[in-house]
Formats: sequence, structure tokens, C-alpha cells
Amino acid sequence: MPNILMPALSPTMEEGKIAKWLKKVGDPVKSGDVIAEIETDKATMEVEAVDEGPLTAILIPEGTENVKVNTPIAVIGEADALSPPALRATSPVKGEEKSGAPPLSSPLAGEVASRSGAGGGPTPTDPEIPAGTEMVSMTVREAIREAMVEEMRRDKDVFLMGEEVGQYQGAYKISQGMLDEFGPERVVDTPITEHGFTGIAVGAAFGGLRPIVEFMTFNFAMQAMDHIINSAAKTLYMSGGQMGCPIVFRGPNGAAARVAAQHSQDYAAWYAQIPGLKVVMPYSAADAKGLMKAAIRDPNPVIFLENEILYGKSFEVPKLDDWVVPIGKARVARAGKDVTIVAFGIGMTYALAAAEKLAAEGIEAEVIDLRTIRPMDIATVVESVKKTNRCVAVEEGFPQFSVTSEIAAQVMTHAFDWLDAPVARVAGKDVPMPYAANLEKLALPNADEVVAAAKGVLYV
Amino acid sequence: MVVKSAYMARKAGTRDKSELKNSGFTPEEEIQAYSDMLLIRRFEEKAGQLYGMGFIGGFCHLYIGQEAVVVGLQMAQEEGDQVITSYRDHGHMLASGMDPKGVMAELTGRRGGYSKGKGGSMHMFSREKQFFGGHGIVGAQVPLGAGLAFADKYKNNGRVSFTYFGDGAANQGQVYETFNMASIWKLPVVFVIENNRYAMGTAAPRSTAMADQLGARGGAFGIPFEQVDGMDVHAVKEAGDRAVEHCRTGEGPYILEMMTYRYRGHSMSDPAKYRAKEEVQKMREEHDPIEQVKARIIKGNIASEDDLKKIDAEIRVIVTEAAEFAQGDPEPDVSELWTDIYVTA
Repeated sequence: MPNILMPALSPTMEEGKIAKWLKKVGDPVKSGDVIAEIETDKATMEVEAVDEGPLTAILIPEGTENVKVNTPIAVIGEADALSPPALRATSPVKGEEKSGAPPLSSPLAGEVASRSGAGGGPTPTDPEIPAGTEMVSMTVREAIREAMVEEMRRDKDVFLMGEEVGQYQGAYKISQGMLDEFGPERVVDTPITEHGFTGIAVGAAFGGLRPIVEFMTFNFAMQAMDHIINSAAKTLYMSGGQMGCPIVFRGPNGAAARVAAQHSQDYAAWYAQIPGLKVVMPYSAADAKGLMKAAIRDPNPVIFLENEILYGKSFEVPKLDDWVVPIGKARVARAGKDVTIVAFGIGMTYALAAAEKLAAEGIEAEVIDLRTIRPMDIATVVESVKKTNRCVAVEEGFPQFSVTSEIAAQVMTHAFDWLDAPVARVAGKDVPMPYAANLEKLALPNADEVVAAAKGVLYV
Repeated sequence: MVVKSAYMARKAGTRDKSELKNSGFTPEEEIQAYSDMLLIRRFEEKAGQLYGMGFIGGFCHLYIGQEAVVVGLQMAQEEGDQVITSYRDHGHMLASGMDPKGVMAELTGRRGGYSKGKGGSMHMFSREKQFFGGHGIVGAQVPLGAGLAFADKYKNNGRVSFTYFGDGAANQGQVYETFNMASIWKLPVVFVIENNRYAMGTAAPRSTAMADQLGARGGAFGIPFEQVDGMDVHAVKEAGDRAVEHCRTGEGPYILEMMTYRYRGHSMSDPAKYRAKEEVQKMREEHDPIEQVKARIIKGNIASEDDLKKIDAEIRVIVTEAAEFAQGDPEPDVSELWTDIYVTA
């Protein structure tokens, strides 16, 4: 008797909730029947049966949360002797077929899934958190939403615009519930027209508002690049200081999983090159929340680079009325004396995993989370390198003319005499992101590459 | 002197709104339109001269011939309404009431310019006068102008955004992205298409389908539009009144296609091989916006030739002083290289 498995309904889904069973035990099931509703981290989806027969058992009752992908959730009996070999559930939205294969072949997903919280080793106390502060567990998704909601309550000139931010409740559910609280004037659904709505948002900022522009992903922001660079970033200078542009451009950036070249690019280096922009790329939920609040309050255009794979990850966030993390300040995420590993955003997952592996071999790595790419807190990096005399820089983006190239140049300039080895870099490979699972895995950096780079600069 | 006081009164922003609703101009308004257009013409002639002398660098796009468009629409505006346009922007700045000295000093890249010399001809702004630039990328000002209107609607402040662009920009995709959103969101924006018939050196029919029906493109988005004789300041102002009324009463955007003509090249380096001298000459002789008003003033006995000569002399003084200031003002202090990159909170 074939099992119905919990389907993966998005490229990064790892678990979901059985929201509702639409068939009960004993009901006949035909191919195409909607048998259940499943809530993912992005949306509520209907699950259709592919094969036919009576529903003989429901293994996971409705209302159950955190059901892992590929867990058997129901059993369909033999309809006749010609029953097909496997049952599959399909997503009615994307029409993707999910079979018994692992839902995520990306090495990234595996890396992240194996880790929770802010990573293995001891984490130095963030100096910005007052002692005795209560910590609450929160996903990055919830953290970003909380930051926007708090700032919109605080300042009526702050509004959110983008594709599907309102009625759809956010393509990645970041803005879930915000339409209900703030109404369509402040949670503005746009047509699919990045160039146009970005220009309108920049104009609204010139007109005295504080827009938050959500790009469904930063890949689509290339359509709007002219307004981000030429209109938002440069006008203050060209107006002799008259025309400030307080605006946040935010959304998922970088590789998700199995979405191939046009949907998998890290733009950190692109934006970080532009005077007039600030570029923020948080890793943890605490930083995502605190930096988002800082970004919204900042009187300048801020590029806020999120990551789809990190959205569902939980971290400890300080429970404070007004948790704001300053833009431009790196954080020592793990203390160590032997080698400095500098990373940011999802690169931190590789850095922290590598530090853990290195620790097992007796090598103490100091991991620095840049948090902000521009302005870059190179002082914190240099201070660490002066202690460890070795540096590995990590990012997912393309290797040429990259953030890690800049780190290497800065460390050479400011800490040349302290270096015992050239700065090593671990980056995405210099190829468009492939779709095939094995090639995608090769294109992305991983913890072992960071370990190898660290050993390289240690000459061990 | 009645002429001068009318001119100065305009600058002080003390227009009588009830008069503006009339289809014809009051005598004061005729004089005002004449003076404002003449100021733009003389200013631009001087700018062309300074460019030739090497005082102005880079690109410099003159507005000569198109003066009636911005002057007529300025007369339809109220204090607080915003203006945004492309890089052919000197006329819009002067019509917005910006100081000719500050504009000219920006053209020469001096510290007294509106952007401290860091923006130049194409990038100048005055928040005080609600002039939002001065944008160098063709068509970029269109969504930006709609964004100003978005802010107006959000704040419910009753203001209207006047968003100017040319027939060349009318082929940019972002213009239609903006039409779409302005229509569905009912933004209070007047889209002013200054159809001067040439996108740089390309005659509109060579680059543009239905080249004499650019306003009609808004019809596809449900935006009302009209085509206006942009050489006649009366017609411009009347159309402007209709557009403003539409926007200010919450009916959404409005399109005015102004049929106009630039006498000079696209920029100072334009050899103008793409059109006949006779075409320019005919337009100057038969449709010049300033001459049209002048003829009405004389014919209607609103002012005498001598009165107008006095205005002309007054304007020449303003322009000469602006040019002298722009040549004598120092370049920005070298420390300005590193300022105005970020707003420091």
C-alpha cells in the first residue's frame, strides 16, 4: 500500500504543517483530488493525489506542525491490481512533481539543516545587548517582519511596497499580516514592474516618505538598477546635499536552491561598490531585526540583502522594546586565536561550521560576521588579524571583483606587517549557477573549503 | 512702473487665483508671461554664449523655443506643487522662481550654484521652490515624478506633481509602467510631454509610432489626455488649469502633450544636420511664443513698445548679473569632493 509523503512545495521547504485533511479514512481518492491543505513557510497549498484508491489511513493528524518533507502522512489502499508503483503529491501552483527523492539536493540546505541557532562554538556576548536581557527564539523571517511592523507603528511615513506584499501576504511571507494592520495605503501591492515602482518609491522618498521596497528577489532588482544607482544613490551629491533619499530596498538575495542562474546571484559586491548606498547583509535573526530597524531609520538608501534559506532559521533575539543594531559594525561571532574567518550573510553558516571542524583538530578560529558590507567595519577585521596573523574571507558571490577581494585588499593595506600568509578567499565559483544538483553543490562554497583555506594559511 | 511691479509680484507669488480661472489672460498675466518667457530666452542665449567661451562644460541643453510650455503651466500651478523634468531644465528652474544667479553658477560649476557646483546643467534642485530636478537619464524623472505624487496622495496634502518629459523619453518603457501605476492608484500627477519633434537628432516619425499622438498612449491606461499648441502660452495655461483641476479633485493623472519646438540643437555640440534651417526659421517667424504674446500686448494696448523695452532691459540686467556672478564665483572648496555622499543622521 503506497504512502502519501509530505511534499516539498517550494525550493527551500524543509517542513510544513498539515493544515487540513479534505478526505477522511475510507473515502475514495481519485487522481487529481485535493486531499489536504499544507501550510509551508511561504503559503498554504493544496495537495493533489496522483494515484487512486481508498484512503486507508491518515498518519499525521491535521494541525500537526513541523512535519518534515518526505514523512509518510497517509496511506492509500490498492484500487485494483494495476496500482501504480508510487504515489506522489503535486503542487497545484507550480505543478512540480515531488517524489521520494530528497526535496533539497543543494548542499546548502543540508549544511543549514544540520545546524541551528547561531552556530556551534561559544559566542561572545554582543556588546549591544544589556546584561540580563531575556532572549526569545525567532526566525529571521519573523525578525524582519517585527522590525518593519515596529517601525511602521513608530513612523507613519514608513510604508512597504512590492509585488505580493499585501493580499498574498508576501511571496516569502515576510509581510504576513501587515496588510491587516496597516491597510492598503501602507502595504502597497505593485504590478510586476520593478523599474517603474522603484522609481516611484524613490520619488516618494524625495517627497518626504520613507519607503521600504520589497524585491521578490534581488535578481529582479536588476530591472530597477538605474533608479537604485542613478536616482537613489547619487542625487544627494548632485543636489549639493538637498535631496536625501531615505529608502530601504530589501528582499532575498543570493542562491536559494535549485533555481538556476537567473534566480541565484549574490549582489553584495555590486551595490557595495556605489558611494551613496549602504549595504547590509545580516546572518542571524537578532541582526536582521536590529539592522532592519536601523535601515528604516537611516536617512540614506540602504540595500538590505536577505537570504531565502535563512528565512526559516531560528535564532535568539533579545526581547527589548527597541532593538536597533548599528549599521557599519561587525560582530565577533566566535572568538579564537589561530586564524580569522571573515564572513557575512549565509557565508556565516560555512564559517561557523568550519570553525567547529577546525576546533575538533585543535585550531581555534575567530569568526567575524561583517553584518554590514558598506560601510565595512574593516577595523574589527584588522584587529583580529593582528591577533591571529591569518585571514580567510568567505562569501557566496562570484569570486572576481568581490567583497572578499575588497577584504583581502583592505587587510593587505592595513595589516600587511601582521600577516603570516596571504589572505585566502572562499567564494562561489566563477560560473553561472547550474541547475543540476551535483553541479550546484560544486558551484557553492562549503565548510570543507573554508577548513582547507584555513589550513592553507596556517600551513598545516 | 506697472510693468515692473507686475513682474515682481509674480515672483513674490501673489497671484489672484480667481483671475487664473478665466480663459483669457488679465493684462498683468500677459505681461507676466511675456517677462517670464523672455527671461528664459535671454538666460539661455547667455548660457549658450558662456558655453562657447568655455565657462560651461559638459552637456548643455537649451530651452529656446519651448518657453511657453513651462511658463504657461507655472501659471496653472499653486504654491507647493512640485516640478520635475529632464536635463533640458533651465527654463523649468527659472519658471519655478529659482535665482538665475544660482542656476547660472551651477552651469559654470561654481560654489554658489544650486548644487554647489557638483551637479551641473542637468542635475539641479531646489527643495525650497519645489523643483525636484534636473535628471540626466532619459525618462527616469517620470516614475520619480509619479513618486512625488504618491507622497502627495499619501499625505493628502492637495498638491500636484508636474512631471515633464520629451518625445524621446516617451519611448522609454518606464513611462508606461508609470502610466499604469499612476492610473490604478489615481496619483495627482500631470504628465507633460514636451513634443519638440526631435529625440536628439532623430525626427519623431523615424523613432516613434503615431509620433504626433503621444498623449493618446495614455488613453490605453484610462488617463485623460489632450494635445495642446505648446507655442501659445494661453492654450498651455488653459490646458494646465483643466489638468490641475482633474488632479486636485482626486481624479488621478492627466496627460498634456505640448506640441512645441526647440530652435537650438539637442545640446551645444549638435550640428543640426537632421533638419533644414528653413524649418527652424519658419517656426521662429510664424509661431514664436514670445512674439505671439508681444503682438497681443501691443494690439490690446496692454503696454507700449517702450514698456516692453524696459522689461527687456530689466531682464538683460538680471541675466548679465547672473553671468557675472557665475564667472566670478569661486569653484567649490576642494573639501566638497567628500561631502553630501551620505546624510549624517
